[in-house]
Amino acid sequence: MIDVMYFAWVRERIGLPKEKVETEAATVAELVDELKAREERYAAAFADTTALRVAVDQELTDFDAPLAGVREVAFFPPMTGG
Amino acid sequence: MKVRVQSAAFDFGAEANAFAAGRKDAGAVVTFTGIVRDLARGDLDRMEIEHYPGMTEKAIEAIARQAQERWALKDVLVIHRHGVLEPGDMIMMVATAAPHRVDAFAAAEFLMDYLKSRAPFWKKEVTANGAQWVESRDEDEAALTRWSE
Repeated sequence: MIDVMYFAWVRERIGLPKEKVETEAATVAELVDELKAREERYAAAFADTTALRVAVDQELTDFDAPLAGVREVAFFPPMTGG
Repeated sequence: MKVRVQSAAFDFGAEANAFAAGRKDAGAVVTFTGIVRDLARGDLDRMEIEHYPGMTEKAIEAIARQAQERWALKDVLVIHRHGVLEPGDMIMMVATAAPHRVDAFAAAEFLMDYLKSRAPFWKKEVTANGAQWVESRDEDEAALTRWSE
């Protein structure tokens, strides 16, 4: 079970900030494919992953990052701090 | 090193004074403050800043540590707000203390460049006509490359 979190417009498009996901996905990209297959709102949010960033256990990483032993995955658009 | 992520306003003068006061090891203190800028049309009602609690603090601390490894700093302070802000409100500040000003200025710029695109904050601009997420700019990403040269 992994906590999957969404921020900014990804959160708005999917319609929730956080959910628990039961998955066998080996990588972030595989998790994204599983989510896209669920419902249109996920497919829309993940349509262009080049427009998204991902953090695994609160560290920025890439979509090919492995998920073994991971507790938390977060998807969001490029950050706009400062 | 001090990192604070908060919704409350901060007193820039008091923070800067407390940061600089009593230092004998640092000949230079540089501060930067970011302020919510109105839109060109002058119709910004408010800015909503979302963040990723937990990761935000870690990411800022990692950026501040990189700055400390890179320059001879005596101290670093970063305050960044989230929540609802109005035009003219202070969003964030950084302060750096170093024996010499070159290091203090460079470290402050480095911190700002990295906070812009590596700390998990997202800004949304709200006007009477609707709301829009602020998009990241290519220049912000390009600004990081100069630090890896």
